[in-house]
Amino acid sequence: MATQLEPDVKAEEDAFREEVQQFLAKHFPPELKGKGSALAGVDGPTNESALQKAWREAVGERGWGTPTWPRQYGGGGLTKRQARIIDQEFAKVGAYNPIGGMGVMMFGPTLLEYGSEEQKMEHIPPICRGEIRWCQGYSEPNAGSDLANLQTFAEDKGDHYIVNGQKTWTSGGQWADKCFAIVRTDKSDKHRGISFMLIDMDAPGVEVRPITMISGTSPFCETFFTDVKVPKENLVGEEGQGWTIGKRLLQHERTNISGGGRLASMMAHSLGEIAKKYGETNEAGELADAVLRDKVADFEIRWNSFLLTARRAVEESKAQGGVSEISSVLKKLGTKLSQERSELLIEIRGLQGLGWEGEEFSKGELDAVRGWLFGKATTIYGGSTEIQNNIIAKRVLGMLDHQ
Amino acid sequence: MAVLNEEQEMLRDMARDWATNESPVTEFRKVRAAGNPQAYNADAYAAMAEMGWAGVIIPEEHGGSDFGFMSAGLVLEELGKTLTASPLLATTIAASAIVLGGSDEQKARWLPKLASGETVATLAVDEGAKHDPSAIAASVSGGKLTGTKAFVHEAHGADLFVVAATDGLYLVEKGDGVTLTSRALADQRSHADVAFDGAPADKLEGGGDSLLDDVLDRARVLTAAEMLGMAQQVFDTTLDYLKQRVQFNQVLATFQALQHRMADLFADLAQMRSAVEGGLQAIDGGFGVARAASIAKAEANRVLHTISNQGIQLHGGIGMTDEYDVGFYLKRARVLEASWGSSGYLKDRFATLAGY
Repeated sequence: MATQLEPDVKAEEDAFREEVQQFLAKHFPPELKGKGSALAGVDGPTNESALQKAWREAVGERGWGTPTWPRQYGGGGLTKRQARIIDQEFAKVGAYNPIGGMGVMMFGPTLLEYGSEEQKMEHIPPICRGEIRWCQGYSEPNAGSDLANLQTFAEDKGDHYIVNGQKTWTSGGQWADKCFAIVRTDKSDKHRGISFMLIDMDAPGVEVRPITMISGTSPFCETFFTDVKVPKENLVGEEGQGWTIGKRLLQHERTNISGGGRLASMMAHSLGEIAKKYGETNEAGELADAVLRDKVADFEIRWNSFLLTARRAVEESKAQGGVSEISSVLKKLGTKLSQERSELLIEIRGLQGLGWEGEEFSKGELDAVRGWLFGKATTIYGGSTEIQNNIIAKRVLGMLDHQ
Repeated sequence: MAVLNEEQEMLRDMARDWATNESPVTEFRKVRAAGNPQAYNADAYAAMAEMGWAGVIIPEEHGGSDFGFMSAGLVLEELGKTLTASPLLATTIAASAIVLGGSDEQKARWLPKLASGETVATLAVDEGAKHDPSAIAASVSGGKLTGTKAFVHEAHGADLFVVAATDGLYLVEKGDGVTLTSRALADQRSHADVAFDGAPADKLEGGGDSLLDDVLDRARVLTAAEMLGMAQQVFDTTLDYLKQRVQFNQVLATFQALQHRMADLFADLAQMRSAVEGGLQAIDGGFGVARAASIAKAEANRVLHTISNQGIQLHGGIGMTDEYDVGFYLKRARVLEASWGSSGYLKDRFATLAGY
């Protein structure tokens, strides 16, 4: 139910909307309409054009890429309602938010909550300006879903730590400037022996090796730390508090994987419309393949129901405060549905939907194939579906630990 | 659950208290044991009407509270949890037809009586075992309706039938030319084939060409709200059972296989709730109703189907007994799934609305 706004609030919002419109008219180059942020993805180097750079700097300067973050750290210092106005006005002219990546989605919100004043002053402004790319140092060869089993060790040397160990599945590690990592500072306590620290990717002893995936791309890396020196001021929170901070960050990650705008825009094209382009229709203009039509409708109904669920989670968390525990449900459902969609897209297109390369295939077709394969990772990373099930069962439903 | 206003919260809490205290499943057992084809307790329905529940979607000038469909859904959800046998759902659906399509005179005549509980009404559309509003043969000539409607919900208690004929919806009163043949279904509620043989019929002239579709969409969403309560209750009961039942010297809830199945059901239930609430909000907001109603009932069908089956499986043998409640939900679930559109019907409708 829409809340009736007070007249003066309404006037203020109209004024703000006009401010955004003027900003867009002045700074957004029409050539970039419909394009995406070079920085937001983890799947390639920045390769930013001069136009893109100017757009990023203009938005970053205002803090409008991170509109609700505090002004003193470079954010916009705006209300959620104002942030929504920015979204709406950007969308109207086909402008993208050039500020993105893991720094915005995961690390920034976590540092704002747990970081010291000095750390916030140092790290948040470059994120707001889109100058720094962050990567995530969580998973290890023997600590994937059993994340707390991590072994990378940070030895206390007084004013600094010496870090040794190996991380894996470091998304975009080869293009990142800095890494937020959880490492072991105490070998005697599985959970309380973990600390959260920030590591420069160009520090001596950091080595990155990209891993080629089934999709043919290499957005993930193995990252090796050999006697890497990390100053004490790069420890976030207390030593031993890393598990708590790290888990908080994962909540942000989950929300972004499941309910994020990227997924919504990917789903903007109705599968039914696509199916009509690739398949026969009957005299009523319906898909002639009744089985496929039923499958597509079944999927679209569940997908719409998922969107309603994501919207409901936002409304509930706004009303009740805090991050909704439904984030595990959204992660689990959103990733499953996006995988189902990719499979259906292949079914709709037949072998034309399985092209690996060549001009006989459209860019959309080729992207869909790579996306289908890369998308298999979404139910594995960010806490696998099985881990989400454990979280739901134990934390939400109160089912006891299994033996 | 949707963010509610104060009035809705009060209504929901009142319905929850009443259903829990005055109308637990043991009350349904009593109705069943009584064997009366009407299959509800008239005193209980009078109490509901007294609390204003029969008039939730009826305008104030006709004796209702005009709280809207979201509010009606909240009440039906609570009653669904305890399988309260009543004609509230059927009457609310029928009332929506009069609100949408009735003349001032028809509204003034019927809506106050529906709101007060004095009159019970029901919607009669389908003429076969499957929902198919495109296959209507009942017709009206000279103000007299002739035809037979199949499996009409709450027919035995109904004083007023909202009947779909070839050229629109008609109000037909119980009495001359109206004959009921009971059709006992697995849910052991009131169902009957109703034969109209030259029964006096009063046409609902308003509401436009889409009146029947609009009423059916309301029927779908309101039915889905009762189904939501049922699904929630089966889920909660099953979870409680798993937390106390010991096998192999272990509480069942500690087994990961069962934890993951419950997590799946929990996610399904979240989807069902969003879809149903989305349908109710669409009706109140007056936009995208046809699409939202298809989503709401399709999701309600899918999820309640799964949860009612899993409810039995996870209870093991005890779930198979008549002494235990969970089987009642399974039986009622299938009746509601088949009413106003099966999953197949609703998927077809969704695809048609989407243009493929």
